[in-house]
Amino acid sequence: MASDVVRLRVQGASKSFLGIRALDRVDFSLRAGEVHALLGENGAGKSTLIKVITGAYRRDGGEILLDGAAIDPQGVTDAQALGIGTVYQEVNLLPNLSVAENLFIGREPTRFGLTRTGEMRRRARALLGQYGLAIDVGAPLSSFSVAVQQIVAIARAVDLSGKVLILDEPTASLDAHEVDTLFEVVLQLKARGLGIVFITHFLDQVFRIADSVTVLRNGRLVGSRPVAGLERIELVSMMLGRELQDEERARSGGATPEGAAAIRFTGYGKRGSVAPFDLSVRRGEVVGMAGLLGSGRTETARLIFGIDTSDGGQAEIDGTPVTLGSPAQAIAHGFGFCPEDRKVDGIVGDLSVRENIVLALQARRGWARPLPRRAQDELAARYIEALDIRTSDAEKPIKFLSGGNQQKALLARWLATDPRFLILDEPTRGIDVGAHAEIIRLIERLCADGMSLLVISSELEELVVYASRVVVLSDRAHVAELTGEAVTPSGIMQAIAAHEKAAAA
Amino acid sequence: MSVALKGLRRLAPQLVTLAVVLALIGFAFPGFFQLNWQNGRLYGSLVDVLNRGAPVALLAIGMTLVIATKGIDLSVGAVMAITGAVAASLITSDMPLAVTLALTLLVGLACGLWNGALVAFLDIQPIIATLILMVAGRGIAQLITEGVILTFNDAGLIFFGSGSVLGLPMPVVLWLLFGVLVALLVRRTALGLLIEAIGVNRRASMLSGVRTRFLLLTVYATSGLCAAVAGTVAAADIRGADANNAGLWLELDAILAVVLGGTSLLGGRFSIAGSLIGAMIIQAINTGILLSGFPPEFNLIIKAAIIVVILVVQSPASQSLFVYLRPERRDATPVTRERPAR
Amino acid sequence: MIRAKYLPLMTTLVVFVLAYAICIAQFPAMWSTRVVANLLTDNAFLGIAAVGMTFVILSGGIDLSIGSVIGFTGVFLAVVIERAGIHPAVAFVLALVIATGFGGVMGAIIHYLKMPAFIVTLAGMFFARGMAFVLSTDSVPISHPFYGELQSLYFKLPGGGRLRLIGLVMLLVVLIGTIVAQRTRFGTNVYALGGNLQSAELMGVPVARTTIGIYALSGFLAGLAGIVFSLYTSAGYSLAAVGVELDAIAAVVIGGTLLTGGAGFVAGTLIGVLIQGLIQTYIVFDGSLSSWWTKIVIGLLLFAFIALQRAILWLSEHRAGALRTRPA
Repeated sequence: MASDVVRLRVQGASKSFLGIRALDRVDFSLRAGEVHALLGENGAGKSTLIKVITGAYRRDGGEILLDGAAIDPQGVTDAQALGIGTVYQEVNLLPNLSVAENLFIGREPTRFGLTRTGEMRRRARALLGQYGLAIDVGAPLSSFSVAVQQIVAIARAVDLSGKVLILDEPTASLDAHEVDTLFEVVLQLKARGLGIVFITHFLDQVFRIADSVTVLRNGRLVGSRPVAGLERIELVSMMLGRELQDEERARSGGATPEGAAAIRFTGYGKRGSVAPFDLSVRRGEVVGMAGLLGSGRTETARLIFGIDTSDGGQAEIDGTPVTLGSPAQAIAHGFGFCPEDRKVDGIVGDLSVRENIVLALQARRGWARPLPRRAQDELAARYIEALDIRTSDAEKPIKFLSGGNQQKALLARWLATDPRFLILDEPTRGIDVGAHAEIIRLIERLCADGMSLLVISSELEELVVYASRVVVLSDRAHVAELTGEAVTPSGIMQAIAAHEKAAAA
Repeated sequence: MSVALKGLRRLAPQLVTLAVVLALIGFAFPGFFQLNWQNGRLYGSLVDVLNRGAPVALLAIGMTLVIATKGIDLSVGAVMAITGAVAASLITSDMPLAVTLALTLLVGLACGLWNGALVAFLDIQPIIATLILMVAGRGIAQLITEGVILTFNDAGLIFFGSGSVLGLPMPVVLWLLFGVLVALLVRRTALGLLIEAIGVNRRASMLSGVRTRFLLLTVYATSGLCAAVAGTVAAADIRGADANNAGLWLELDAILAVVLGGTSLLGGRFSIAGSLIGAMIIQAINTGILLSGFPPEFNLIIKAAIIVVILVVQSPASQSLFVYLRPERRDATPVTRERPAR
Repeated sequence: MIRAKYLPLMTTLVVFVLAYAICIAQFPAMWSTRVVANLLTDNAFLGIAAVGMTFVILSGGIDLSIGSVIGFTGVFLAVVIERAGIHPAVAFVLALVIATGFGGVMGAIIHYLKMPAFIVTLAGMFFARGMAFVLSTDSVPISHPFYGELQSLYFKLPGGGRLRLIGLVMLLVVLIGTIVAQRTRFGTNVYALGGNLQSAELMGVPVARTTIGIYALSGFLAGLAGIVFSLYTSAGYSLAAVGVELDAIAAVVIGGTLLTGGAGFVAGTLIGVLIQGLIQTYIVFDGSLSSWWTKIVIGLLLFAFIALQRAILWLSEHRAGALRTRPA
């Protein structure tokens, strides 16, 4: 059981990127023999904290104590040597090498410079035997399930470090049975006295396995609590709510417009991605989509926008069935999609702000009907002004803009196509407070102009301001729809917590 | 006017390099810049540079577009051999010139489409996809010529190698014409923008509705077409199709011309004019070495040196150093690009 | 059960055995140790160079310079032995040192400038070929008695075949290459680099040292191939071995190595080389077929194996990643 010996203590850790505080004086302490869950939405600072601890990032301030002594690891390998091992969700091993090679790369037993394969495999079997894993260690890692790979990664990390084990979303792609296996391993390591940091977004897992929990939000520490006696709703509100007393803030939006659905999906879904769902959005309506990370929010957006194709079901626009087989097709029907990962899926970095703004419109027109340069300049100028995109000029490569301005330029890209239906995935993530407010005002204005919007957000206070209905997702399924008076942060949180609980049971 | 000025400024390094190379040669061989007008045709070393550089210039046009999409086309030399062989064998079997030319271009197009299909639909890395045709292409060409140098005497076809229009050799007219045509095509339509978008971020482009597969197919097809024209010119020049040597290693010269022209091997912004100037720089060096009496192969070392210089300038490692040295850029981090395939 | 990683290798082996069987069915004379011994002797230099290429491709890279390095080594040996009067044994050592250093420098440029191997080794290709021309543009015959001695060494096979020294050297290189790839830390690191560069770095693989080592090894083997080629032809010619890099790449891919790196076997490359040799031998035996069919068939095989690799990759992705979002 958790002792009172503090294994790892982080005090006042800070880290900024380009003036944006990714981590702001965060304290964190991990006892020996404890499983400590680290929670927070994307961009809350979890991974920054981990990278600061493992030395992958140089911290700007604060200190790290391991067994009471200050440490300053220079990188992941250094941290490993000190005793801190990390296992990532995307298993960071080499799938093309054998299990044994993965366990012992760089420290293979050798004789006369030649690897003693037999000895290495014997040791590998012995090592994995401790975790109750009896597999063919000579087979390539890729031939095993993610769960086995995960345990191999843990075995390697523990064998190399042995004091602190950081598990970064290890369960994200495991099924229930595999999670059980993994948890047995975690409990066993805990009994050995390791300090285990467990990052997840599945609340039931937190209640199942963690002894304490620390929640981060926007780079700040929200709080640390022992799990015993902690209410589920309290945890959800730590993650999503700003302040509980603030939750009944006046809603300016929220009136459900009359009329039939402009966009309707029935029985849409994809195996292994999101369970079949029905969804409709009226003209001039903002439908919000809430749920914890990994609940199927982004997957829903990908289906609707034709990036992934639905296994079945039907999509209708104004009552007419349509096929959404590719983004190009969806765009032809007047859809637009601002993805969550701006840098990878959104901006075309080397191209100018102007070119980024006209890209979707130009793609829809086809290559043979170019927008005249004057029209492009006008469009760019109009949106730079209307959305207040701060750039020295429209010809600046978009990669030199700040995150908020990149996001506004991406919005402009879609507005330029005059869409009937816009999907925004975390439109206010990672951008400064000023741009935050502007984007919310913009969403309200677009809605008033008669556009249909689907907004995915973990900022519940924002969501309830503009959304007339909120669809709640949990465990890759649409589980609830809140309308009217029920659309409040606490209502959403209760819906999430209820279903997380049901899923856990 | 301002657009033209901007273009000039962008091409300044290439133009200066070309001028320096030419000046060096002119300094050593004062007769270099002499131009004569004889029999309604311009003669002189400068014209030779333009003329000899035609195949590489033609290849570089298509290669520019391919490289802009973050791809590469290794097969163009082999496609030159194939199309040269096709042209020669058709004309020697008494096909009309128009039919010969049309079929030759069609074969080049088909080769390009094959490459494009492998890249766009089978998602095979471009360097690997085009390697197949690079290896097999010369065999196919030899199959067509049946292993001999297939000579021909058709005046119409020979005209493409040694004829002249308005006093300029036909190959020069062809690459200028083709260059201008393709440049206009991509810049006056939206092709250029969409190609650059794919090269910078194929995923984001696809999500913005850009038909990435169609465009990839188009650029490889264009490259095949350019190789067909180059192959025809090369065959017409020697009045025969030499399956073994036509276009041999020219794919590498074409890539070099594109890189010299300022288009990054990592894709994105491209300049066809830059690539054409790059091709002329390569040819000017070739000619200079030839004139100086060094063995012609000596310029391989110079080419190696040029690549090393370009490598250092274009390297992501040294670029981050430049950013670091320039204080006004420090506030803005460029988006980190994926590491290129090693 | 055969593991999936052996599937391409097995396919290659089956192709080779089938092809050889067809050859024998048509020309029973091909069933002789003479043919086998000649196959090994004639393709010795290609086999040696292709082993180096295997390491490069396994690590996810490519080396376009090996043909030029072979050509350069040949000219260098000829010039140094015949014109400078240095003993061939010393010349061999010098050539190997130069070739190894040359490869190492390319590896360093690839790693430290973070540039594609393709373009760096392209510069190397131009440079080595250019240096060969600088040494001599003519074909320089080598008539040192030591060459004669080495050339006369052979191993008599039952059935009258003569496995000459250079064929033996190639088999030795394949054997050592297999051991290095399968049984040393360096070998594991090569596979690691080809599997996933970032992961390898995170797992503590010395990326810089390994990258430089890989290209140095490729240079060394290209140098050795140059020596073998010079023994084979008794001359140094600066235009020799043009395009050998393509044959080597083809041999590696046909040998079942993944062109994107991380999977494959040195032994497969040997079979890849032998398949190429077999096609040539068949054409010689046939007499009416022309030599260009070699290239066409190799191109077809290349396509078949690349398509096979794509199919395997696609199947494994499909199996593994129902949850994973698909790449653009």
